[in-house]
Order: sequence, then structure tokens, then C-alpha cells
Amino acid sequence: MKYGHFGEHGGMYIPETLMNAVIDLENAYNKLKSDKEFNDELNDLLNNYANRPSPLYFAKNMTEKLGGAKIYLKREDLNHTGSHKINNVLGQALLAKKMGKTRLIAETGAGQHGVATATAAALMGMECKIFMGAEDTARQALNVYRMKLLGAEVESVKSGTGTLKDAVSETMREWSCRIDDTHYVLGSVMGPHPFPMIVRDFQSVISKEIKEQIVKAENRLPNAVIACVGGGSNAIGAFYNFINDKNVELIGCEGAGKGIDTPDTAATIATGRLGIFHGMKSYFCQNEYGQIAPVYSISAGLDYPGIGPEHAYLYDTGRAEYVPVTDDEAVDAFYFLSQVEGIIPAIESAHAVAYGIKKAKSLDKNDIIVINLSGRGDKDCAAIARYKGEEIYE
Amino acid sequence: MSNIKSAFYNKKAFIPFVTCGDPDLSITEKIVYEMADNGADLIELGIPFSDPVAEGVTIQKASKRALDNGTTTDKIFEMVMRIRKYTNIPLVFMTYANIVFSYGSEKFISAASDLNVDGLILPDVPYEESDEFSGICNKYNMDLISLIAPTSKERIAKIAKQAKGFVYCVSSLGVTGVRQKITTDLKSIITEIKANTNIPAAIGFGISTPEQAKNMAEIADGLIVGSAIVKLCEEYKENAPQYIGRYVKEMKKAII
Repeated sequence: MKYGHFGEHGGMYIPETLMNAVIDLENAYNKLKSDKEFNDELNDLLNNYANRPSPLYFAKNMTEKLGGAKIYLKREDLNHTGSHKINNVLGQALLAKKMGKTRLIAETGAGQHGVATATAAALMGMECKIFMGAEDTARQALNVYRMKLLGAEVESVKSGTGTLKDAVSETMREWSCRIDDTHYVLGSVMGPHPFPMIVRDFQSVISKEIKEQIVKAENRLPNAVIACVGGGSNAIGAFYNFINDKNVELIGCEGAGKGIDTPDTAATIATGRLGIFHGMKSYFCQNEYGQIAPVYSISAGLDYPGIGPEHAYLYDTGRAEYVPVTDDEAVDAFYFLSQVEGIIPAIESAHAVAYGIKKAKSLDKNDIIVINLSGRGDKDCAAIARYKGEEIYE
Repeated sequence: MSNIKSAFYNKKAFIPFVTCGDPDLSITEKIVYEMADNGADLIELGIPFSDPVAEGVTIQKASKRALDNGTTTDKIFEMVMRIRKYTNIPLVFMTYANIVFSYGSEKFISAASDLNVDGLILPDVPYEESDEFSGICNKYNMDLISLIAPTSKERIAKIAKQAKGFVYCVSSLGVTGVRQKITTDLKSIITEIKANTNIPAAIGFGISTPEQAKNMAEIADGLIVGSAIVKLCEEYKENAPQYIGRYVKEMKKAII
């Protein structure tokens, strides 16, 4: 495989201005990833600050109600800041600090990654600026307030479609203006090499724990691991340590919006094709001339026209499967999990829950599935109420 | 002599940029003629991309206007065909990797070559990823233009050594757009480029005034102006060609 690539995907398609920045980042990461002091410090933060390991919870009510496979939920929603994003952010912030950087910038869609980055910046005494699509600042007003409360500056990005892709573009532009003191904390397994590798490594703690926990509880591996996919960081984290366990099905759930036969979708594998964007070669929703499509999903975190290069590779090789889940299915699952288990999932994670419900029903009582509950849904309550036609005030 | 080489032969090259299709392709065509008639030595034709990460607000907005009115790669090729009946001025396309890749890299490059387009600038394709485009460009006698930035440092030598056509030297950090002041030590960067290649070096990003043009021409073999021209398109719309003609004349005069 070509350096920095996953099959034909990946690479580093970025302006020359940023090349030395990503090369410096890779060198620093390669030096520190096996450094004991760095790992001790990171593990201490993960365990004592972010609340790791997160529980692998047996969803008894859900299992009984559906009457199929046993369902386990990986509770990334119980992490500090409410999602899996903190795993990667603590790693990158610590890495940036060791590199002598004093300022963190990041894009955010749903706001979870922005909140996690603002949190790490507050903790480590670093300056922080978050770029968020104008459309998303409206959908996720509470998270905007949280970021500001944590001391970050939040810039509402009005260019393009005012969503996650535009926030990524704007953060790249900002980084190319100011590199010396600034690290770009990319929030997903996307962008130029080495980001897809670094973010995957920091998120792979999820599957490392799932494996230990499921073996302890059931003395066997699950039949399937299911996670939602935007760029794909929680999914790659949940999949990574199972890639060599060929009997474990790996299933990524994409935001299909109003359906993959409509233009209002963000299901990249289902509707995209190979392209080059945001630093990587991968699959993208685009028109016949390569213009990136204005995608849509109810979930701000899945509202992205591409998918991380390692997912594209897992898809090409058939090792993982990617399925579209519509807004309606996700909202139903959002209600279902809230009412059956007393757990309000993030609307992103509800996409995985929706497919998990289908999958569990298709399996036998002796089978086991794990659904990665990547985040909690408090942030989504107002938006879901609006979706259901009820106006509530945050 | 290659067409690009002739743009720099015995003179400082003035290289204006225009976003194709802003406000529409018939105006772009007129703008190109005004540029050619008023002293441009090489023209950069921007093919708009929906998400141009290396561009500042001015060119972002122009790209959006062009795409909103239905500009496509094929329609731009048709425009260049018309332009080629009128002028042989050196032309290069400036666009993003996905525009070329998605069209089919070989199909795009061979079509551009048939139109006597002389080079291709892809700001999101650095040295490390250039092979997949440069191989095809070589086959069709097009130059894939290399960019060097203020942050390139030890990368300058290897980039300059394999550069074709001319070296595009980025004046400042950040994205395209007019700047009051350019503070990068461009002289030493150009010196290092020159130590590694015989092809000309042109400076771009942030240049808008005749005075800046004059200063840059003292250091480099040519200079590129984009956002300042795109602003004229934004301001004067269908009347932009004459204003751009006048501007090109003034800028060219400053570097003679």
C-alpha cells in the first residue's frame, strides 16, 4: 500500500502551505505514540478525567422486547462531554502541547467535537477557536453556548452550505494562516494523512475495551458491531480491534436523510463515488463534474459529503458493510431507546440503534450484537421536538 | 520554445487570473481578450470548485456565482475553443484535484491539451501526490505547475527540481486575497528556487497594486494577480471587461 494510503484511498491532498505542518505532526506522533510518559499521561486523563473505561451495558429490556440477539450498548455517551469525541481530543491536545503549540482550532458539526476540544483547551490552558456551520449553530444552540462557556471562540461559518464540510474548509483555511502556534484538532478519521491514522489510534480504545468487556461477560466475541458513520471516527474506533476477527460483522450506519433516492441524503457509500476532497481520496457525494453535493441529514454530525479513507477501504475489501438509515428511522430509534432503556441517545448514535434493532430481530437468541452509543442526546431534544412539530425553548 | 517559456522570454510576465463563468462565460471570454490585448503574458483560467479550500472570500464568492449560473467544465472547454480562434496567448487552468479527477484525469488533460492549454495548477495537489497527475500531463505535453509556500523550507529544492513550466511561489501564509503588505522573505525563497531549477518563478497571492507589482517583479520573473481582478468582476459584472483591461495595462506598465 502506498504511504499514508488505505488501498487507493487516503493520501495528503492539501495546499503546500500546510505540508510541513502535517509532516511535523506525523513525526511528533510517531515519536510520542510509544513514549511511556506520554501514554501514562494520556491514560490518566482518559481514566480520571474522561471517565474511561466506558461501560458495555447489556440492554436487557431492549433484548427482550425485540426477541432476537442479545444487545450490548457501548456507553461512549457516558464519557466526559457526552461523546466519544473526547478520546481523540485529549490525545491530540496532549500531542499539540508536547509540540509546543498554544492554540487549538477545530471544526464541529453537531458541536460534540467542538465542545470536547474547548474542554481540552480549558483543561490544558490553551487558546481555542471552533468553526461551526451557520446552519448547525442554529440546530445546536446549546452546544454553541457550552463552547463559549468553556472559553472558546465560536465562528459561525456562512460559506457554502453552512454545514460541517464548510466548517472543515474554513478550519483548514485558518490553519494555513496561522501554523506556528496552532494545532488543528481534526475531529474525525478524515482529512490528510496522518489525521485518519492518529484519530483512529486514539479512538481504537473503544474496540479494545469492547473486546475485553464482551469476552468477560459472554466469553466470546459478538456477531456484529454496529456504529454510525459521518466521517467515521466512532465507527473506526469500535471496529478497529475486530478487523482481524473475520467472524465479527462490522456495520456502519450512514445518515440517509429523507432517503437515498432523494437529493436530501448524506449516505456517501450508498450515493457517492471516488473523489478527492478535504485532503483525502475517498468516496464523496458529488455531481458529474466533481462539485461536492450539498448533503442533508437530520443529524448535524452525519451531515458530511464524504467518509474517512479507511472506511472506504474496508468497504472496498468487503470487510465492513455500510447501510443507509433515514431521519425517520433514527428518530423512531431515538424514542425507542429513551423509553425502553431510559437512555437518550445522540441523534447520530440513534442511526446505529435503528439498524441494530433490525439486525437483532434478524438474529437468534444466542447471537450477540454490540451497538456503539457514541453520544448522549440531550443536545438533540429541542431539534427532535421541532421535527415532531413541537416548539420548545432551550 | 514552449508557450509558457515564451510568456517569460526577455520580460517580466504579468499573469492575471479570472474565475470562468463569473458573471457568465461570454463575459469571461471578453475578459480574456481584454487581458490579452492589454499586455497579459499568460492567463490563468480558474475552473470553479464548490469548496475551494485555498481561496479567500473573494474567489470563494466568485466560484459560487459561476456555479450558480450553470458553469461546467465542458462549457469552459467550449469557451476556450472560441478563445483559441482569437489568440494564442499562453493559458493555464487553475482548479482543484476533484474537478480533474472526477472528469477523468486523462480525459480532462487530453481535452485541455487539444485546446492548447499549456499548464495546470492544482493547489490541493502537493509534491507527494503529484505523480498521478504529472504522468498524464507529461504524456499530453502539459505542465503541471508546482507551488512553493513560505513554509516549504527544506522542501523547496526537491519541488523546484521536478517543477515544469514555471514555479508558483506563494507570497504569504493563508489563502488567496488582497493583502496590504507582504512580509515573507521572498528574495531568499526565489534564490533557493533558482539554485535548483532554470524555469521561471512567479509570485502570487495578495498582490493588487502597481507598486506591489513593481516590487515583486524586482525579485521574481513574473507575478500573478487573482482576487484584485475577481473583485472587478464582482463590482462591474457585465461591464467588467473594460475595467479589467485598464487594470491589466496599468499593472503591466508597472513591471516593464
